[in-house]
Amino acid sequence: MEFIQFDHVSKSFEKQLVLDELDLSVKENSFVTLLGPSGCGKTTTLRLLGGFEKPDSGQIFLNGNDITALPANLRPINTVFQKYALFPHMTIAENIAFGLKIQKKSKDYINDKIKYALKLVNLDGFENRAIDSLSGGQQQRIAIARAIVNEPKVLLLDEPLGALDLKLRQNMQYELMKLKQELGITFIYVTHDQEEALTMSDTIVVMNQGYIQQIGTPEDIYNEPENAFVADFIGESNIIEGIMIKDELVSFLGVQVPCVDRGFGNMTPVDVVIRPEDVELDVPGKGFMDGVITDCLFKGVHYELDVQCGNYEWLVHTTKYYEIGQKVSLNVIPFNIQIMNKPASEDEEVLKEDE
Amino acid sequence: MNNKMRTSFLAWPYALWVLICTIFPLFYILGYAITNDAGKLTFANLIVIADPVHLKSLWLSVQVAFITTVICLVMAYPVALILHNLKIRNKSFIVFLFILPMWMNFMLRILAWQNILSNNGILNNILSAVGLPTVHILYTKYAVILGMVYDFLPYMILPIYNALSKISDDVIEAASDLGANWWTTFTKVTLPLSKDGIISGIIMVFVPSLSSFVVSNLLGGGKVLLIGNVIEQEFTSARDWNTGSGLSIILMVFVLLSMGIMNKVDDSENGGMLL
Repeated sequence: MEFIQFDHVSKSFEKQLVLDELDLSVKENSFVTLLGPSGCGKTTTLRLLGGFEKPDSGQIFLNGNDITALPANLRPINTVFQKYALFPHMTIAENIAFGLKIQKKSKDYINDKIKYALKLVNLDGFENRAIDSLSGGQQQRIAIARAIVNEPKVLLLDEPLGALDLKLRQNMQYELMKLKQELGITFIYVTHDQEEALTMSDTIVVMNQGYIQQIGTPEDIYNEPENAFVADFIGESNIIEGIMIKDELVSFLGVQVPCVDRGFGNMTPVDVVIRPEDVELDVPGKGFMDGVITDCLFKGVHYELDVQCGNYEWLVHTTKYYEIGQKVSLNVIPFNIQIMNKPASEDEEVLKEDE
Repeated sequence: MNNKMRTSFLAWPYALWVLICTIFPLFYILGYAITNDAGKLTFANLIVIADPVHLKSLWLSVQVAFITTVICLVMAYPVALILHNLKIRNKSFIVFLFILPMWMNFMLRILAWQNILSNNGILNNILSAVGLPTVHILYTKYAVILGMVYDFLPYMILPIYNALSKISDDVIEAASDLGANWWTTFTKVTLPLSKDGIISGIIMVFVPSLSSFVVSNLLGGGKVLLIGNVIEQEFTSARDWNTGSGLSIILMVFVLLSMGIMNKVDDSENGGMLL
């Protein structure tokens, strides 16, 4: 059994099923991100682990112990809340000391811990400041300090950077990763921001409508999405319906293109996923398909192009400028064509349409 | 015309109202309080508070008001807490039910208590029906306290309920996340964060019970003489507006003093909460 284990966990709110028979295991000392759109069940999963909700059925294990019925205050788990949830009537030092005082630690121990934690989050000397004198980023750091002084086995982070601006968010991402390395505890991180997930995690759990869509490393999730939902949610993609003619040959938009995937069977309907940065543009006639540039936007690192090919409009990223109306051809090397099974059941079909 | 002038113009009706209905009568009463019936300046009307009868009434008033406030607080806090924690949709309707008695005529409610508590009233009928000895509670200070608690309870529940509603669920969950059990969460987080509600509740109950005379008139039957009753009698039976005004001024100073002490306690509590 893994360090954290969800075993057939279901949860509904007012007859609305949020999690359906969820199975999830997390290794000790890993940085796992639960990623998905709002309402996908990621926050509920986190709250079940924190002990703020009880599952309708199923069990949750921590370190081999069944903690399903254990109340939040008895779990060796601490949470960093989305809106910080600092105690407004206490100073920063009192906020950080809250958990330690309940554990009846000595005054010296508590004072040392406060100093250590404030140093760790780069807020030395803030002990006696009031909460409302801090910026959002500072409050979030205090919330992190307040959680980690208790030396939890697991730290839960519920979209902790959601309320911060872009620059601060990026800084905090690096600080959190650094913190993770220094503390050596398991981080479970909830976010709907795919970039944040790709940057920080060892493992990403992509969720949608109460189901896990894919579990993998950031590289796996980005490069080899298992279904159209994951492909669409992680970064931008061209997702095209096609037919797998035989191993290593796929047909879509009226052309046959070689690929590297095998084992789908012959003449099987599939989804073809091609990342915009994997499409190469050439002079007309050279690629597998001709088209016309219909839009060209400068995005800093690259240009974002729309290329109309018959009825389908491709999304393409290039470093070269193209004029609107220019005729081009498209090419993709076989390795960069990702083939995915079509959703099998109607349920999964619904998931895809609801994206 | 600048913005400030434009908005200050909106305050004029209110200012006029305060002037006519509060400030002017206040000075009028002050005028009565420091003169005698011949119109000569005197402090005799203020000094009469030292009269043992008046001192006894004032002391009784303070006792009754204090006990009423404590009972209201002890009863209202759990009610407000339960109301706040109710996980139902029509919470505002339940809150409305609690406030509903405030909309009924005040005299009517007190007269109803008179009927319930009288020697041949409903309470004693029930007691004798089940074979218990009857009680003679009407026209004692206990009946007065009961009436006041009944009357002023909503004024304690509402501000506490409002203060509890302002505490975010996150903060309560954070306390539990950090290892606090129900009791620690309550004493260390919920209670201190609802302090403002408790203080306004105390003020809203203590002040009117200190100066009330209607409840003690009807449920005290002239045997429970609060300072409010003394003042009322000076104005109505004795027709001595000067003494009545003097005692009123003393009572007002007393109310202001007790509110000042209340604020002082509040401040020191803030200071005392440092690590």
